[in-house]
Amino acid sequence: MAYAGIDYYKIDDLLTDEERLVRDSVREWVNDRVIPGIEGWYRDAVFPMDRVPEMAELGLFGPTFPEEYGGAGIGDVAYGLAMQELERGDSGFRSFCSVQSALVMYPIFTWGTDEQKRNLLPKLATGELLGAFGLTEPDYGSDPGSMITTAKKVDGGYLLNGAKMWITNSTIADILVVWAKLDGVVNGFLVEKGAKGLDCPETSGKWSLRASVTGEIILQDVFVPEEMRMPDAVGLKCPLMCLNQARYGIVWGVLGAAQHCYESTLRYTTEREQWGGPINRHQMVQERLVIMLSEITKGQLMAYRLGRMKEQGKASFRHVSLAKRNNCEQALNIARTARDLHGANGIADEYPIMRHMMNLESVYTYEGTHNMHTLIVGADITGIEAYK
Amino acid sequence: MNIAVLVKMVPDTAATIRLNADKSWIETRDLNWVLSPYDEYAMEEALKLTEAEGGEVTAITYGGDQSKEALRKALAMGAHKAVHAKKEGFTDLLGTANALAKAIQAGSYDMVFAGFKATDDDCAAIGPMVATLLDWPCVTEVHKLEVGGGKLTAEREIEGGHEVFEASLPAVVTAQKGLNEPRYPSLKGIMMAKKKPIEETEVEDVEPRTETVGFEYPPERPEGRIVGEGAEAVPELVRLLREEARVIE
Repeated sequence: MAYAGIDYYKIDDLLTDEERLVRDSVREWVNDRVIPGIEGWYRDAVFPMDRVPEMAELGLFGPTFPEEYGGAGIGDVAYGLAMQELERGDSGFRSFCSVQSALVMYPIFTWGTDEQKRNLLPKLATGELLGAFGLTEPDYGSDPGSMITTAKKVDGGYLLNGAKMWITNSTIADILVVWAKLDGVVNGFLVEKGAKGLDCPETSGKWSLRASVTGEIILQDVFVPEEMRMPDAVGLKCPLMCLNQARYGIVWGVLGAAQHCYESTLRYTTEREQWGGPINRHQMVQERLVIMLSEITKGQLMAYRLGRMKEQGKASFRHVSLAKRNNCEQALNIARTARDLHGANGIADEYPIMRHMMNLESVYTYEGTHNMHTLIVGADITGIEAYK
Repeated sequence: MNIAVLVKMVPDTAATIRLNADKSWIETRDLNWVLSPYDEYAMEEALKLTEAEGGEVTAITYGGDQSKEALRKALAMGAHKAVHAKKEGFTDLLGTANALAKAIQAGSYDMVFAGFKATDDDCAAIGPMVATLLDWPCVTEVHKLEVGGGKLTAEREIEGGHEVFEASLPAVVTAQKGLNEPRYPSLKGIMMAKKKPIEETEVEDVEPRTETVGFEYPPERPEGRIVGEGAEAVPELVRLLREEARVIE
């Protein structure tokens, strides 16, 4: 293993043996199976589907759930470390696992019927079934409560109408978790691939998350049988709780991308010579390297503490918002600084920098924009909801 | 079929090795330790055999507390149990081989696997030494293996070809790259490993027969030399490669 990770404050000492083993195993897989191919997939705008069974074999789909549902029962810190390593490879891989675990398996596990759990969770864990999560609409992003997708009660089930946008994996998903208003209240439905009236066109032309599939979900009188509604998934708080799970993974994930950028920059500025010496001998370069390291270290401590709080049931969505806001912003800053310090080479895909930078532009605004997370914490400390 | 696999932690193969102040040992502070890469091939082969034929894989290591990490990694890969022949401090190769052979004799195994060498000291000695102490046949640096009917057929690479051995079981096999593709420990495997037993055994003191006197860095590489330019430089270059560097004949 050539890469030992950035650990300036010996956070390794705070981890259990199992947590370190999880991190190292995912790291090794990413080194062998993601990093050698990622620039090509990114260029071609494809997600390599042959990696899906490998990720399932590793146990990356729903690892926090109990074994009876195909999980490994790992804790939140171990899960976070796995997400960090995946995103060191590419945000697209972390997104893939976030969607499957936090946005599809989590709602079924939390609000699904016993039958839905028994039938779907083990297959989602093995990757036999792939999932997607449909909340965002073309006109409703930060304000999902105003969604216009509706469900109407009919004999034996429901008819869904509406459209969802910016949906990771919608075109390849077997099961779509779709949020729609039933009598004015948001409800969660499980829509199966191939349902009549369902269309999931791919969204092309992305300059970010290119090694990840994004699409729409268009629903025209799509019939969902009664047994495919999640009976307890009622109210806007449910999809928001899902997003909270996914955001937690992002808190760690972006640290992986940031570490990859820092590592590349440290090496590049050591090897790159101008005026007869390496450019890292200049104070302006050193200061910026130190700022990168400092922000990575602070982000790690924040993620670690948040993870322990989550394991103890003490982490609220506000805590997750503060960390998601901070770590995404800092990771993006680090990627941009790395881009600068690599000079012209920073734009070439011989280096991972520009790819991470473009990915982080998405991560900065998806799963709740940076501004929204600012205002969530702002509302918490002042008591005033400024976003409304 | 019950199989023992000898495993060991080594400094990360990409790490820069420095010596301590009195050059009596390597500086271990800030070193990242990993399971010796050839041990991963040994583990994978043992797991594949027991998955096909039944039986258990026992990982065995020798050394101080830190060496236990190797057992955890082996258990996470899928070993059923582990034995830690525990002893702090330095022992020579024979002492290590003795301790491992004792641990093997305390169990009941049809085969023993080991990496053909550990990537730290590169001795490639422990496998054959253990086999000698057990009085079992041994095939080293194996890159292809078949086991069945109480015997094994093992292939190893030699200069310009392959060597094929047959041996009756029990036997010791040391693994070379190419034997298989080692699996990544799965998250489930890692969590299950927590519940698997690690048995600690006492190790008797064996008088070392060799003593490590000290360590030295390899001599610095001399700077390159330009022998000339263009086609007229070729004969001189060939002469130097043949007579001085001795890399061509």
